[in-house]
Amino acid sequence: MAFGRRAKDESPPQGETLLHSAALATREGEVRAPRAKQLAFKGFLLFSVLIGIATLITLIVIAFIDGLPRLNLDLFTEFPSSIPSNAGLQSAIVGSIYLMVGVAAVTLPLAVATAIYLEEYADPNRWWNRLIEVNIQNLAAVPSIVYGILGLAFIVRGPLSLGPVVLAGSLTLALLVLPTVILASREAIRAVPASIRQGAMALGATRWQTIRHQVLPASIPGIATGMILALSRAIGETAPLLLVGGLTFITFNPDFRPEDLFGFDSAFTALPLQIFDYLRRPQEEFRVLAAAGIIVLLIVLLAMNSIAIYIRNRYRKKLEQN
Amino acid sequence: MEQATTGAIPRPAAERRLGVARPRWGERLIEASLFVAALISILVTAGIIFSLAGPTIEFFREVPAREFFFGTDWSPTFTPASFGVIPILVGTLAVTFWAMVFAIPLGLGAAIWLSEYASTKRRRVVKPVLEVLEGIPTVAYGFFGIVFVLPLLADIWELLPFLPGEPNLFGNVLAGGLILGIMIIPTVASISEDAMAAVPRGLREGAYGLGANKLQVSTRVVVPAALSGIVASFVLGFSRAIGETIVVLLVVGLIPNLTFDPLESAQTMTAFIASTGTGDIATGTITYKTIFAVGSLLFVITFLVNMVSIRLVRRYRQVYD
Repeated sequence: MAFGRRAKDESPPQGETLLHSAALATREGEVRAPRAKQLAFKGFLLFSVLIGIATLITLIVIAFIDGLPRLNLDLFTEFPSSIPSNAGLQSAIVGSIYLMVGVAAVTLPLAVATAIYLEEYADPNRWWNRLIEVNIQNLAAVPSIVYGILGLAFIVRGPLSLGPVVLAGSLTLALLVLPTVILASREAIRAVPASIRQGAMALGATRWQTIRHQVLPASIPGIATGMILALSRAIGETAPLLLVGGLTFITFNPDFRPEDLFGFDSAFTALPLQIFDYLRRPQEEFRVLAAAGIIVLLIVLLAMNSIAIYIRNRYRKKLEQN
Repeated sequence: MEQATTGAIPRPAAERRLGVARPRWGERLIEASLFVAALISILVTAGIIFSLAGPTIEFFREVPAREFFFGTDWSPTFTPASFGVIPILVGTLAVTFWAMVFAIPLGLGAAIWLSEYASTKRRRVVKPVLEVLEGIPTVAYGFFGIVFVLPLLADIWELLPFLPGEPNLFGNVLAGGLILGIMIIPTVASISEDAMAAVPRGLREGAYGLGANKLQVSTRVVVPAALSGIVASFVLGFSRAIGETIVVLLVVGLIPNLTFDPLESAQTMTAFIASTGTGDIATGTITYKTIFAVGSLLFVITFLVNMVSIRLVRRYRQVYD
């Protein structure tokens, strides 16, 4: 780096150079930034924090004001329609519930299994394990619309050819949130103290017995938090569902019958998809409906986040007690 | 010598090394099935690449690569069709550019505030709010853009007559960039803050000891020390902005428009994919293949950007571990 003349083992840690530069800065005349400059900087920092908070508040207030006229039971009892006055959101809400059940059922076992493998079994020096890790990090940042393309080409058509049904939507969203749940589960498993594993193994438990009876129970709160947060992301996803073929004017709920895969083999719409469609229509009434839908969506999200935070805090307290 | 040692130790009849129990096939089976589960994430990537590659190759059989990459006319669904990707690529980059113009200073500002200035009590209030902001669905931001940001921009331009041009009320790049910028503030802020938290306390204390004030410590010690993590957060924010679809569809526009004027409407790559890929688009048509060609381009861009960010994060981790 900058210390070309020094022998390699003599070179100071990075910290020292930074201190050096700070010392230089103070020596070169500008001993202290003027008070006004400091205040301006602090003001800018506060502004950066407040703009996010202000946006959140504005968004919620506007949605409430706009959506208030339609925030009634009709929203839940009526089906989507092209006539705004008797349009509701029932099939969209039911569709979203179906999707979330599917996402949880597919994601949870896969994510937990992957996380256990990576944390408890994988040798990080093997290239294939490193590949799996980098791959997961990379998948976490793939745009959701690309998952939509995958769903369209691979699940709705192509190899799986499920058609534009609830199951196809669930699978697409499940793959979308899989990396997030894996990362959260890994962190939860990593947080279990090594002494617990060593204790179990010293008593003669096998590796799997240790995981099954000690590590997993201890990491359930963390995994649950990660799963709920992932679901709250999945429930708001719109773009992939556009491609997977979630339709908008569905006037029926999925049929809970075994021959329809308990409803998973049914055409569907979802809450964000329906809101998106209403927003695209020029009529003012549809915008009101969309605002009401957004409030429903935000309330569901708030509830899910609160549960996640509650679990996290309870778990934290428990750890502190130990 | 050898004989002497082997002769000295009496061996049990059945040869059994210490520490090796009988093979546990159940344990092996469990490990193998966990490994298979972990492989599924690789299969997802493979699935994405294969599903993109097939139709993309077919697309380039019909459309010359030169027309796609250098053409400036994007009208793939018209007759005669034209497949120059430049207008929607420029549209995407313009929206992303404006998003970063807002997100970089504000995200970094929020991170510095959280890491260096805020009291524990305020941090405990602000952090969850930023988390909630991160979790707001994009349709809600789209709604916010339509009913608030677009009219607001029009009002600002009406109030301040010296501002050049006039924003398009039905959608413009600036409005999209502004909303995306606010959307990715939490991403930038939380990752940057993690990087700043990893900066050893001693560095700050040393600088304070030399007479530096908070502003100097933040901008000249903490930020440089956490730089690779901070850059990684920008890169991640960039890849989030470039892939965003719904806000862009609702707030930026649907018509391809090769322009650098942020007040005009434009179409992005994601908006094209989402608005063309809906409904019963027939497999095998050129329009269907076009979606995949644009999707491949988007995937390659985000993939490269992500690899850069993964590298950066790994490097900054090595410094302080």
